Amino acid sequence: MSELILKVENVQAKYGDFLAVESASLEVPEGKIVSVIGANGAGKSTLMDTIAGVHKPSAGKIYFKGEDITGMPAEKIVTRGLSLVPQGSRCFIRMTVEDNLIMGSYPKHVRAKAKDSLERVYELFPVLKEKRNDLAGSLSGGQRQMVAVGRALMTNPECILFDEISLGLAPTVIKDIYARIRQINKEGMTVVLVEQDTNRAIRTGEFATVMLKGKTVLAGRSKELGEDEIKAAYFGL
Amino acid sequence: MQYLINGILLGGIYALLGVGMTMMFGIVKLTNLAHGEFIIMGAFASTMLAQWLGVDPIVTLIITVPLMFLIGVLLQTVLINRVMLQGSEPALLVTFGLSIIIQDALLLLFTADAQRANVAYNTATIPLFGNLYLPVLDLIVFAISLLTILVLTIFLRKTYMGRAIRATSDDTTAATLMGVSVKKTYAIAMGIAMATAAVAGLGVGMRWTFYPSSGGSYLLIAFGVVVIGGMGSIPGTLVAGLVFGLAQVIGGAQYGTLISYILLIIMLAVRPQGLFSK
Repeated sequence: MSELILKVENVQAKYGDFLAVESASLEVPEGKIVSVIGANGAGKSTLMDTIAGVHKPSAGKIYFKGEDITGMPAEKIVTRGLSLVPQGSRCFIRMTVEDNLIMGSYPKHVRAKAKDSLERVYELFPVLKEKRNDLAGSLSGGQRQMVAVGRALMTNPECILFDEISLGLAPTVIKDIYARIRQINKEGMTVVLVEQDTNRAIRTGEFATVMLKGKTVLAGRSKELGEDEIKAAYFGL
Repeated sequence: MQYLINGILLGGIYALLGVGMTMMFGIVKLTNLAHGEFIIMGAFASTMLAQWLGVDPIVTLIITVPLMFLIGVLLQTVLINRVMLQGSEPALLVTFGLSIIIQDALLLLFTADAQRANVAYNTATIPLFGNLYLPVLDLIVFAISLLTILVLTIFLRKTYMGRAIRATSDDTTAATLMGVSVKKTYAIAMGIAMATAAVAGLGVGMRWTFYPSSGGSYLLIAFGVVVIGGMGSIPGTLVAGLVFGLAQVIGGAQYGTLISYILLIIMLAVRPQGLFSK
């Protein structure tokens, strides 16, 4: 098994008094795709936000490339090579597609590569090149997700977290975006994929971690765990 | 026709009065009640410096713009960023307090006397065809206003910092995911707002007599311009400034302000988000 690029140990996260994540652990081997599966409200998004530094954990540890990044602010974590594509894309809707993408190269150490990165994103998503001067707010849901993915790629990450990127999209669009994610992974990127659709998660991720009511309850190689066991954990059976 | 010329020239500085305010509204979501005092601070700084150094007031911008920028950054960092964590009302109250402090400080330093930045071209005019003419002073202030707004627009569109400021205003969380420090961005936005106030202050000082207590009336104009233009929209501010300027000139000393604010009320009733807000 290859080395772990991201390691989450017993992380706890709260919103006020509400315990969104009670205890979550996650191991992400370098260069692989790891699916995080769970029903609505299982705490998947909170976990992703906590890893990316958007939300502060109340307990536990997070290591990225061996460095303790627990509680580090989001604007610092992105400079370490860890990027989050947040749920619902969260494009800058009053900015053009190209300005959205260029925002991804805001961290100082990637600015020199901005032009190359932009070309690469346009290669990956040709439709974004066509719409480069359109406001992101005028795009369809799928195109907005492409902008969000492209923007994350522009930060030049070694590991990307995708938070329910398929939510609300048409099946053909999902298929297309997933193909791109696999392509990015083949080029060496480590991927963490949050999904509600167990079948899609098992098909895409070599590894799977299942969350239930704020806890990670099952983890391992998707094939070894098998569909039945994963689904049982998903529903808490 | 002459009304039209005067109104447009007046509109330029009106837009400049509003531009710093609209930035704070749109980006930092802060209602800055001290913006009028910031402008008067700029007016005093330019007028006094020009007198002491014996130069044209415009030259003083080299000092006042960076100075006010720094004051803005400091103010946001040590004061407003902290209270903003408690919500928007405490921040609003802090800016109100600031406006009183600045006003009293100016009163102590410079007394309640009327001031005016003196320039050689005070009454000069450029004749146009017919009876029409261009007042040189107003034209210069207009040009400075327009240039400031243009530079600001290019900065916001073309630089990393400018994009970061717009991105933060669109989605704060997503901006941090791109490596943007929100507090630093707010501080720079306040610095820029103060820098525009320095330029606006120069314009005010050149065109009109002013007192330490004049801030309120300019805040009112800035407010009107910001609301009509659409909070946070810089092109909107420019158009609204021109509308306000024309209304002022057409209404004259008697009805100018009245017409302006009737327009404002109509605007609030019909299109409360402003002309250019999305």
